[in-house]
Amino acid sequence: MSSPKLAWPGRPEDGRRVLRYVDALSESVALEMERDRSVFLFGLDVDDHKAIQGSTRGLLEKFGPDRVFTTPLSEDAMTGVAIGAAMAGMRPIHVHIRMDFLMLCMNQLVNIAAKARYMYGGQVKVPLVVRTIIGKSWGQGAQHSQGLHSMFMHVPGLKVCAPSNAHDAKGALAAAIRDDNPVVFVEHRLLYATEAFVAEGAYLVPPGRSRVCRWGRDVTVVGISNMVVEALRAAELLKEVGVSAEVIDPIWLAPLDSETIVESVRRTRKLLIVDNGWNMCGAGAEIAARVAEACAGEGPVSIRRIGFAPTPCPPSPILENAFYPNPATIAAEAFALARPDAAPWAPDPSSAKLAYQMQFKGPF
Amino acid sequence: MAASKASKSKRPNRPGADAGRIYASLRRIRRVEEEIARIYPTDKIKSPVHLSIGQEGIAVGVCDALEPRDAVSGTYRGHATYLAKGGSLPGMMAELFGKDTGCARGKGGSMHLIDMKANVLGTSAVVGTTVPVAVGFAMAQKMRKTGAVVACFMGDGATEEGCFPESLNFAALHKLPVIFVCENNGFAIHEPIAKRQATDKLCQRVATYGIPAKRFVDSDTRAIRTHIAGALPKMRKGGGPIFIECMTWRWREHVGPGDDYDAGFRSRSTLVRWQKKDPVEIAAKALAKAARAEIDAAIEAEIAAAIKFAEESPFPPVEELFTDVFA
Repeated sequence: MSSPKLAWPGRPEDGRRVLRYVDALSESVALEMERDRSVFLFGLDVDDHKAIQGSTRGLLEKFGPDRVFTTPLSEDAMTGVAIGAAMAGMRPIHVHIRMDFLMLCMNQLVNIAAKARYMYGGQVKVPLVVRTIIGKSWGQGAQHSQGLHSMFMHVPGLKVCAPSNAHDAKGALAAAIRDDNPVVFVEHRLLYATEAFVAEGAYLVPPGRSRVCRWGRDVTVVGISNMVVEALRAAELLKEVGVSAEVIDPIWLAPLDSETIVESVRRTRKLLIVDNGWNMCGAGAEIAARVAEACAGEGPVSIRRIGFAPTPCPPSPILENAFYPNPATIAAEAFALARPDAAPWAPDPSSAKLAYQMQFKGPF
Repeated sequence: MAASKASKSKRPNRPGADAGRIYASLRRIRRVEEEIARIYPTDKIKSPVHLSIGQEGIAVGVCDALEPRDAVSGTYRGHATYLAKGGSLPGMMAELFGKDTGCARGKGGSMHLIDMKANVLGTSAVVGTTVPVAVGFAMAQKMRKTGAVVACFMGDGATEEGCFPESLNFAALHKLPVIFVCENNGFAIHEPIAKRQATDKLCQRVATYGIPAKRFVDSDTRAIRTHIAGALPKMRKGGGPIFIECMTWRWREHVGPGDDYDAGFRSRSTLVRWQKKDPVEIAAKALAKAARAEIDAAIEAEIAAAIKFAEESPFPPVEELFTDVFA
């Protein structure tokens, strides 16, 4: 395998640092809290020594316990509290260390946060950010692993963001905090240690533009959250067999910029969506439907989806590995799409393993 | 209205000093809802209505003690709370008619009344959901040191939702300026409280959070007002939440303009007992006949104007379907 000089057009020479995803998150919140007194951050364990796996590190020391504080578990009521504070003009950031816990917040998010602006005739707004982390590996099991973003994408009035790298994490979190609407901000635990070039000052990665992470001719691969990284690894594997994969990261899932994806598919005629969640009624289903609608009558388009196995997530490693898409399965699916007449291909296991040693310092 | 509200807080809480204002508020709410019930069969009202007839004394007792800067959070049975706190009557009536001039521009309906100019927070059809939202609104008041309080109304059913004890705990923990008001009418839709709650010791349960809790067995308007007025100074200085449980009776059916005594799940004789404690009648007795007549006439004129406003207002244009999904 070639060295991982990936197609991220990063330009470190322009003064940007390399920063970890986890540090980009805390830096973004710190900048927004400095900028706007109405921003505060709360949630169970945000102020403890582990600081939500480091993502709230330093905020308590910098802004004090009036603006950075823990909560009782009470996810349901605490979501309501965040909404009420937002209606009163504050900009709460409510943090959950696992996305699975958002099921306890569903009533408030779906019945109040998403609808308040509309059903109260425009009299209030709910500038709320719900930060949440998808877990993976080390036997996280059925309730520490779920990617439930599609549930929130379904509901008008909610925005959903799932950045895949430190650059986008910082800019999108700032955009979410400044947004006047409720935003479910989906992080991924395995992305926390990944590095990218990140400017020091504040900047925004707002909704409305998917990112083409890597240009390609033969197949369009859309990755979601951590699956962007897996898709980039798969693209390296595909290169070895002469398949050129274009990798797209929607960044924001709602509102979703499907135009960028459609434009890509109009060239490649092949679309693989790799979700960090289940396929059934998932983000991939929405993307596939939009592409199919947009490209109807323009000639054949082949579409495939891969995501979590249609099971709960098991902790035992053999089972857990089979539960998730990985660079090898993604590459095999993409190859089958790109070369429908060729014999099935899968990368050899040693290459697939090597793929995990690639670091991605993107984007630009 | 604003001037009288501002001046009253400086007055001692003498019985009788504010009799006209309290009667007017009670009578106005009663007559508005009677008119809603009268109009309802014509199908001009485009929203299910949950009438608070019989329960008005609680909203008026609490709201009369509040200042304009204070907020109220009501329930889907919220006409009384909305009006008692100063929510726009034409705006409410137009909302019920589904009109563009409604308080929620025809996109809320009776169960989602709101008037932020009067600090009336939006109401919700999902029981209990507004309780933590009100607590969050109160937390923002504390963070911004406004000195304002939030009166958070709920029914007895809401106290069975998980977010109720969660909200009590958080409000007590952070000493938030919340008046929790339980309007206990004994029924969740048609199910009596005895089939739903293991004990009838709600105040004792609440008190375990360190929240002063008091039950009003007759829900006398003036007694409630006096209690709230007495608690407010300490609450404005960070004293934390209080709780009141107000026993009351929903005279009409759960939803709709009629009554439901023929259904057999509750008795008309209990209604008759509660009607002897009718808050509107009690307030009326404190006034001379002429003073009452003057107030009544003004109320009838105001209601007629509000109905006319609602009837003559346009429906929202169809494009309105898509506005305000996002801010």
